[in-house]
Amino acid sequence: MELALNWYLSLSAVLFVIGVLGVLLRRNAIVIFLSIELMLNAANLALVAFSQTFGDVNGQVLVFFVMSVAAAEVAVGLAIIIALFRNKETVNVNEINLFRG
Amino acid sequence: MYDFLLPDMGATAPILLVALIGVVLVVVDSFSNDSASIPWLSGAVLVAAITIELARVGVTDSAFMGHVMSGGFASFVNVVILLGALGSVILSVPYLSRTGHNFGEVHALILIATAGMMVLANAGSLITLFVGLETMSICLYVLTGLVRDNERANESALKYFLLGAFSTGFFLYGIALLYGATGTMMLSDMPAALVETGRTGFFAGGVALLLIGFFFKVSAVPFHMWTPDVYQGAPTTLAGFMSTASKTAAFAALILVLGRILPLDDVGLDTRHVLAIVAAITMVVGNVLALAQRNIKRMLAYSSIAHAGYILTGLAAGALGYAGALYYLLAYTVMNIGAFGVMSVLEWDGKQGAEQTIDSLAGIGSRKPLLGVAMGVFMFALSGFPPLAGFFGKYFVFAAAVDAGLTWLALIGVLASVVSAYYYLRVLVAFWMKKPEDAHVSVQSAAFDVPLFSKVVLVACVAALIALGIVPGFITEAAGAFFVTPEATALLP
Amino acid sequence: MLETFLFFLFAIVAVVGALGMLIARNPVSSALWMIMTLFSIACLYITLNAEFIGVIQVLVYAGAIMVLFLFVIMLLNLESMPSLGDLDWRKVVAFALGIAVLAQLLVVISLKLDVMPEPVAIAEAADATSATNIGIALLTEHSFSLEIIGVLLLAATVGAVMLAKKRFV
Repeated sequence: MELALNWYLSLSAVLFVIGVLGVLLRRNAIVIFLSIELMLNAANLALVAFSQTFGDVNGQVLVFFVMSVAAAEVAVGLAIIIALFRNKETVNVNEINLFRG
Repeated sequence: MYDFLLPDMGATAPILLVALIGVVLVVVDSFSNDSASIPWLSGAVLVAAITIELARVGVTDSAFMGHVMSGGFASFVNVVILLGALGSVILSVPYLSRTGHNFGEVHALILIATAGMMVLANAGSLITLFVGLETMSICLYVLTGLVRDNERANESALKYFLLGAFSTGFFLYGIALLYGATGTMMLSDMPAALVETGRTGFFAGGVALLLIGFFFKVSAVPFHMWTPDVYQGAPTTLAGFMSTASKTAAFAALILVLGRILPLDDVGLDTRHVLAIVAAITMVVGNVLALAQRNIKRMLAYSSIAHAGYILTGLAAGALGYAGALYYLLAYTVMNIGAFGVMSVLEWDGKQGAEQTIDSLAGIGSRKPLLGVAMGVFMFALSGFPPLAGFFGKYFVFAAAVDAGLTWLALIGVLASVVSAYYYLRVLVAFWMKKPEDAHVSVQSAAFDVPLFSKVVLVACVAALIALGIVPGFITEAAGAFFVTPEATALLP
Repeated sequence: MLETFLFFLFAIVAVVGALGMLIARNPVSSALWMIMTLFSIACLYITLNAEFIGVIQVLVYAGAIMVLFLFVIMLLNLESMPSLGDLDWRKVVAFALGIAVLAQLLVVISLKLDVMPEPVAIAEAADATSATNIGIALLTEHSFSLEIIGVLLLAATVGAVMLAKKRFV
């Protein structure tokens, strides 16, 4: 376990960064959204690893809540994407200027 | 064994009540087509919740084994959030009826978002913090995209959603690292755990990621790019709701978290200076970009960024500034609900205000004196003229910053507010001094009435701003008391 | 030994899946790569003795959420979107930013692991976080959050219908 926590956290960091890169690099709203889910999963992995190290149930309770929230978020997010697609026939965020104020 | 649950439900009654009525509204709406009773029901529950919270301001309590705060600080913040929600609900009814979007579901979502905001502002642990934040955000994503046949509304909803979910990722990773650093989810156990383990790299990383999440929600500058588009694309009264209640909730949660972190800032990463720098950039960028705006909703969005900067100034000052920041949040809620309320009434053309420019509103003040005068009061208050509430808000946070040794920050704040007077007063010049003939669009051709309920809310906001300005001490003493009493110092060490 | 082997097996699969998600041209392939990652994360939960979370991960993420994703991608009938091919300045910036965050996180993780709160024995931890104990915690200490999450799920359902239904009266 001594070795494992370190490794699990490193894996979680790598997955988190791949998720961040996905959000910054990809232009397709659905793939950006998938990358965000990957970020949440990376955080979940870290939470479970910590929770097992401490023998504390709270970390896993939060993971449970994160999964429920992710389900709700996916429902709403995909509905927004469908509504946009109906009006605009695109999910390419280049035409939405995500990072411009 | 579990008989603590019932009293705890009593202690968190306002939140549970608001959430419950939110659920009831969904049911009522699906079984009856009578949408007139729904706003009344939601208004009534908000008033009831405000009454309960006002009665509980004097006590300091916590419920569900410390996962939720109740009374005192939590009650005060809840009152501000509920007032913002109440104002938005009342203003939304005529506005949404006119645009044909007055569905019962909207009111249900507003109530559930309000419940989420209260959970966020009353969080006693990282778990409730996350749950509240997400409940609030997901409802707001839907409300932003409410006008679903409008491309601009869709786009702003998608932008808000993607960036919001992105910031949630950072927020959650921050929570994970903080949990790893301290071994606990409870905010109240964190100081002790930190004394034991010291400030590890986990802790610093966790705080940094958590702050990114918060900065996004309060639209502080490096993370503000969603704000103008979202406020411009969302229905006007709901943009008012987002800009006030959700910011109040996020700032209250930030105070709760910082209360555990700031006292330790003599070692390692200095949270206070990070906050001060972000506050300075936010004030400057928000105000300067607001100067260039022709659309009033967009201008109000940049102004709300600037106001987030002023409030962050109070937070950067540490415990000294918290009471000032609370007063500021109350004043800001009142004046921004009012300003967005006036704009919602002025959108008689059904274009959601997205294309309304300052010029197209020339001379509106002399045609609708009530709106003109009300807007005048809100603009003067937002720019911080005495004796209105906005002035004292700024005074309290800047004074706290000077006391905390951040004179440079207060100086930047004062200069930024001087700049802000230009764009606020430009609105008034357009409203009162320009002739309608100067306008590109003739307002004379458009006939519209000011709905009675909107009038009531606007007059109440004006009265509240004047009252808060005349007796500011009443609120600051109440707010200051949360940070000096023994129970409160236990709450916020 | 077996534990270490399983960790590296699933970790490599997870990272490969994540990279595949990032690089794939077609959103459908992205989603399928993602399912692979989510599945191996579920296996990692089980190697961590968190069986409950592992099962929920498969049921909720791989089972429900990803199916919804695939369903929407098929519904919208998207053509494949521009991939990483054309390099421009913002991609370089994004990449540099990502590497910087990764480096920072790895430094944070490798730093001072010894001053963390006391770890407990594996068997003890597995017992403390068993499905029974999670259930008890959810319905007592966290019953408030559980209620709010329930309301949130209702709000999300209502909101999704409002936004995506073809004709809303």
